[in-house]
Amino acid sequence: MSPAHYVFLATILFVIGAVGVLVRRNAIVIFMCVELMLNACNLAFVAFARMHGNLDGQVVAFFVMVVAAAEVVVGLAILMAIYRARKSASVDDANLLKY
Amino acid sequence: MAAAGGGTNLDPLYDEALFWILAVMAVGAAITMICVRQAVHCALMLAIVMISLAVMYAMQGAPFLAFVQIIVYTGAVLMLFLFVVMLVGLSSSDSLVETIKGQRLWAGIAGIAFAVLLIVGIGHAAIGSAAPQTVANSAGNLTGLATLIFTTYVFPFEVTSALLITAAVGAMVLAHRERTTPKPTQRDLARRKVASRQVAPEPPPGVYALNNAVDMPARLPDGSTTSRSVSRAVEQRDMDLGRDPEKTVAADLAVEDRIDAERQIEAAARGRDEQ
Repeated sequence: MSPAHYVFLATILFVIGAVGVLVRRNAIVIFMCVELMLNACNLAFVAFARMHGNLDGQVVAFFVMVVAAAEVVVGLAILMAIYRARKSASVDDANLLKY
Repeated sequence: MAAAGGGTNLDPLYDEALFWILAVMAVGAAITMICVRQAVHCALMLAIVMISLAVMYAMQGAPFLAFVQIIVYTGAVLMLFLFVVMLVGLSSSDSLVETIKGQRLWAGIAGIAFAVLLIVGIGHAAIGSAAPQTVANSAGNLTGLATLIFTTYVFPFEVTSALLITAAVGAMVLAHRERTTPKPTQRDLARRKVASRQVAPEPPPGVYALNNAVDMPARLPDGSTTSRSVSRAVEQRDMDLGRDPEKTVAADLAVEDRIDAERQIEAAARGRDEQ
């Protein structure tokens, strides 16, 4: 398959992830949707690396994975702290800064 | 290993079939992921997407990334997600009530518009076919990646270590809870136990009842039941499912009484026959 197919697939997955972030209200699920978007970006990077015939895109995808792992660790720790304080994982309940 | 021209040594026919199977699977799982209510189901759907993407990396001449994807993403990150889902509680499902009016509709419209924008934009871009692998990949995928990471990208690689340390420290700080009361000693625990007037262990559920189930409250020696023997989560589940174990016990006792009465009638009838 040509790299274009993979780029279009990555686009679709990215959009699905973005819609998920907009629609869902459970913070854990929103996090999963962000991970889906990061994965879609990785797929595009790998496809472009194959198109150019070098490995730079794969290296960037590798760095994205590292950053995503660090982001998940901190994000889930924040989520646990919020859950401990408010007994809820819904993003609607964390509204202290709203007014 | 997968260093052939075009990044893959798969037969083109297999390549195409595999791509479409995986693409349909990944998109289907992603759409299911944003639709199901339970967070655990979302995590499972995300696992399907990630494994499909790992196979796609392998198909595109990135075997190292394929394995990192499976080990780091489906292995570590998803386990972390599931771990937090367990900590936060399995009941952390979204309510279906929209808090913002028309949020889903507008989010869907925005998503479709975004998809059209991206696809039209990418459709106009010239994405060539796969180039033959250059010198960078000639020694194999892993060697090429290592050469790049430790020469061109050595500074970002070093910065990554700072990021990882910061993330580890941040997670520890955020997840840490200061103890506000001194830790109870064994003597305190013993005192509390005696003061609570329940020195013996709590009765386990279901043992003295007619049914042997965890949602069946224990029957105390005086014939009454105790709710202390049933876990609160089990009680909640019974309430959600509309079950009432007490009623089942009552029904069972009533049936037993009826059987006893019928037996007595039968015995009396038998006695009359014999006379």
